[in-house]
Formats: sequence, structure tokens, C-alpha cells
Amino acid sequence: MQFGIFTVSDITQDPTTGRTPTEAERIQATLTIAKHAEEVGLDVFALGEHHNPPFWSSSPTTTLAYIAGQTSTLQLTTSTTLITTNDPVKIAEDFAMLQHVSGGRVDLMLGRGNTGPVYPWFGKDIRQGLPLAQENYELLHRLWREDVVDWQGRFRTPLQGFTSTPRPLDDVPPFVWHGSIRTPEVAEQAASYGDGFFANHIFWPASHTQRMIALYRQRFEHHGHGTAAQAIVGLGGQVFMRKNSQDAVRDFRPYFDNAPVYGHGPSLEDFTQQTPLTVGSPQEVIDRTLGFRDYVGDYQRQLWLLDHAGLPLKTVLEQLDLLGEEVVPVLRREFAKDRPAEVPDAPTHASLVAGKYGDQAPRQATPKANRGDNLAGPSPYQDAQAVPAASAAVKTGSAFGPAATR
Amino acid sequence: MTTKRIVVISSGLSTPSSTRQLADRLSADAASILQERGIEVEVQTFELRDLAHDITNNLLLGFAPPKLEEALEAVASADGLIAVSPIFTTSYAGLFKSFIDVIDTQALTDLPVLLGATGGTPRHSLAIDYAMRPLFTYLHAVPVTTGVYAATSDWGDGGDGVRSLPDRIFRGAKEFADLVERTDRSNLVNDPFALDRPTGHLIGGLAGE
Repeated sequence: MQFGIFTVSDITQDPTTGRTPTEAERIQATLTIAKHAEEVGLDVFALGEHHNPPFWSSSPTTTLAYIAGQTSTLQLTTSTTLITTNDPVKIAEDFAMLQHVSGGRVDLMLGRGNTGPVYPWFGKDIRQGLPLAQENYELLHRLWREDVVDWQGRFRTPLQGFTSTPRPLDDVPPFVWHGSIRTPEVAEQAASYGDGFFANHIFWPASHTQRMIALYRQRFEHHGHGTAAQAIVGLGGQVFMRKNSQDAVRDFRPYFDNAPVYGHGPSLEDFTQQTPLTVGSPQEVIDRTLGFRDYVGDYQRQLWLLDHAGLPLKTVLEQLDLLGEEVVPVLRREFAKDRPAEVPDAPTHASLVAGKYGDQAPRQATPKANRGDNLAGPSPYQDAQAVPAASAAVKTGSAFGPAATR
Repeated sequence: MTTKRIVVISSGLSTPSSTRQLADRLSADAASILQERGIEVEVQTFELRDLAHDITNNLLLGFAPPKLEEALEAVASADGLIAVSPIFTTSYAGLFKSFIDVIDTQALTDLPVLLGATGGTPRHSLAIDYAMRPLFTYLHAVPVTTGVYAATSDWGDGGDGVRSLPDRIFRGAKEFADLVERTDRSNLVNDPFALDRPTGHLIGGLAGE
């Protein structure tokens, strides 16, 4: 099981000091946080995408590429990448590049949007959100699996004989998670492709997450990617810890009460009761997190939101220390107990390569010589014929875990 | 024999409340009309005052706390809704509109509705027709033609001597009961987390939906 953190890249006034960090400070702080996540033994760092202040992360692959250069094991992902308003061609190119520079330590989570105007800013109609997600992902999926794509759709200009470069690392596309709070169509999309499903979970009662995950698991099995228990599930979470509970509540309350997303609404006590937010001792976080399994089943990835609402860098790093030292080691041990053998781990580049190639060497895309005829024929790559398994007919999602051997 | 489920929402702010009193009379008449026809009736009443904090929190957070969730589910799966609000400053109470705002926009489709309102003087009685009625038609609910307005004077001497409040209540309740009797809405309610149809209609964008 993977454990990590995600950030939405908000720049928020610290309510205890009245000071708002600069963009430069917050960007540097986030890089420090990401590096520290690896130092304390976490597996995953996820970065959001926004195109409006007070958020800074408009260009996630640039940021993640830098973090990749500063780390060696950390899996890099997004929370989320906007499949509605970004050009799927650019997503295909950017994330294939990130795969190459990070040595395959990348996956991505797709989402539809976080503020209404982001659609018109990029020339889209918010009412077409779901159709955009559907069509754009269908194209993205093909661009990563077919060397040459002819494509026509409703929302972007057609493509004739287009090749997305570079080809994915080892010709294995990044694993994709689809994120949603309460849209059954997104669960269906994730299930139909055999992709992962990530439930936001943090602003929503457990009963809703439970029903979305149940739907996704059922449809995953229906589409033939494995059993319901083998579906790839991720959950959000939100914690604030001190050695003892009372200190945690005291220290977090001003941040909670003034947070842009839930401030001036419910009490901290009500919100922690109704959502997965846990404010307390490391042991309380352990107990609460282990409880998630009771309503979603054995899952693959747990990400926490730690660095929002104006919490200063020092506090965030302390939270990471507690996670790394006291929480995650226990969770790894406890989640491994009674975990059925059929439940796969979260896919990584290594597992996807093994699932696709077995003992054989992975494809290394090599373009034809750059002459006038390099685009003639079915592929601009010399090695295109050598690897029939690269065809899009391979059912994704069954390329890893026990389902791959069926 | 299936039981018809009537849900009543009352957004009066005082206790006791004449808005609640009107709501209770409307639901009592509707229930007895249906019962006389041999139909079992279950009435569930929600005072929005009790849900006021939850409604605000839902507006701020995007999800309903448990008590409010129960009310929203009851409304969505009802065979009929009796909706009664005081008229404040020319329109329904803000609390009433806030409750409507947190209801899923699909949840009231085809729902028979009986509208009621209360106010200090009969001069605001048209607020039912210019404010409350469009709200429910927008949501594709089916408000019956009679809306019942109770001015303070209707509760004693000085009310309408020709068409008394009880007459108007009975008329509205009968129109409402006729619709409730015919609907099988409570058997049809969709699960918001279910896939109610294949996603093929999303391909190529939505058109004319």
C-alpha cells in the first residue's frame, strides 16, 4: 500500500499571525515539503492544478519534474489534472516527458475542475464537463498506446497521422486515476478502462465515498478487469497531529475556523465527526485511517492533505515527521494483515513493465532517420513492428497484479 | 396497498409558529381525504428552523450533515410535498430558499406540491404565485393551482368571511390529494450514486439534454 500527501497549492493567510506568504515562499515551501515526504519514508507526492490566485500550481509537470530531480524514490502524481480544459495532446506529451525525466516515477489523477470560470478561460462550456472528460480521455488513452493516431471528435481539432512524442517510457503509459467526489459517470469511466479510482473523501461523509467506491468496484469487475476486490482504489484524508490530542485540537482550531474551504461553517468537532478529518494524536490518526478499510475494502493508496489553510512550513514538516515516524509504519503493518492475496498493490512503472513484457526487454522507441520519408508507412518508428503487444487491443488494468496472469 | 408518503416542510421561525399551524392543517386535511379513499398515508414534518445550521453548513461545504440529509432524502422520495413559508419582505423566507437551494436540482421532478404561506396582512397573498410557484415549476415539480395563504387575521375575527381559511385549506388539500393518489413517485426514486443509464450519450457532447 502507498502512503503520501497531496497539496492544492493554496496560498492562505496564517490566521495566527495575520501573514500571507508570497508566491515564491509557498512554491519553495512546497518543494521542501515534497523532498521531506521522501525523507520521512512516504511513497507519493501529489500536486493540484489551478489557474487562479490564491493558488500557484498552474504548471504541475514543471514542478514535478524539479521534484523528480531532487528525489529518488518518491512517486509523483497530480491532484488533479484537468482532463476537461487541458488539451489531451499536451497532457500526453507533458506526462510522457515527466515519465522519462523521473525514471517512471509518475502517474496522474484526472479531475474535471475546481472553479466554474476555468472552463470559459480555456474556451470550454462547463455544461459539457462530463462529455469533455470522456472524449479527451479517450484521445489521451490512444495517444499513449498508438504510435500514429487518426482522430476526430467534437471538442478539439481533428488529428491525422499524429504521433505524440516522446513515446511513453518503455512504451508503458503512466497509470491513470480518475478522481471524483460524487459523479457515478467518473467511477464508470475509471472502471471501464481498468484505471484507478480516487475518492476525494475529505469534504464528504464516509457513506458517500462508500457508495462511489462500491459502484466503481462493481463496474471494474463488470468490465472484466479483475474481481471487485482487485480494483485500484485511492482515498484522500486530512490530518493534524500533536503528541497528545488536546494540543492538536488547540493548535489546529484557528486554521480550521478560518480555512477558505470550511471556515466559518461547522464546528471542528462536527466536521471531524462527519468527515475523515482527524485532529488528534498519531494513535487516533492510525485508528481512524485503519477504519477506512471497513467501508471501502482493501485499498491501494492513501493520500493526506497537510499543508493547506495557512499552516506554516515548520508545522507541515512536523506533521510529516509524525506521519513518517509514528503513523505510516504502523499503518503499513496493520493494512498488510488479513489482506487477501488477490488484492494488488498500486501499479508502478516497474509493475506495469513487468505486466506487459514479463522477462523480455521493454520496447525502446527509435525513430526512423530524419529524411523525407520518415513519416511514410504505418509508423515513424523503426521498432514499431517488433512489439505487437503495444497495440491498443491490450486491456489496460489487467497488465498488473494477479489479473495480468489470467 | 402502498402507503403514500407526504413530507411537510415549514420554515416558520417562531415557536409556536402560525406557519407550522397552517402546515399541520394542510397535511391533516390531505391525509384525511386520502384515508377516506382507503389510502394509507404517512406524514413526515420538518421544521426548517431545526435544520438552519445544517442548511448553512451545506451551503458552505457542499454536503449535508446527517439530520439534513435525512430531510433531503425524505423530500426527494416523497409522493407529495407540502411547502409552507412565512412571507418576509415580499417573498419566501431566506431559510426556505436556502433549503430549496441545497436540494438536488433533479430531486423534485414530477413531485406534487401544495404551497402555503403566512403573513401579517392578506396584501402579500400573491407572493405564493409570483415567488413560490416559479421556484417549484423551475424544478419540474407540480404545484397544485390553489395555494393557501393565511394572514394573521385569518386565525380569528376579520378573516375572509366568504371563503374562510378552512375552506381554502380543504380546496388546496383536495387538489393535492388527487395528485398524490395518482403518483407512484416514491417507488421510482433514483439513487444518485447509481448509473441510471449507459454513458454513451456523453460521446460527442451533450445536445438537447
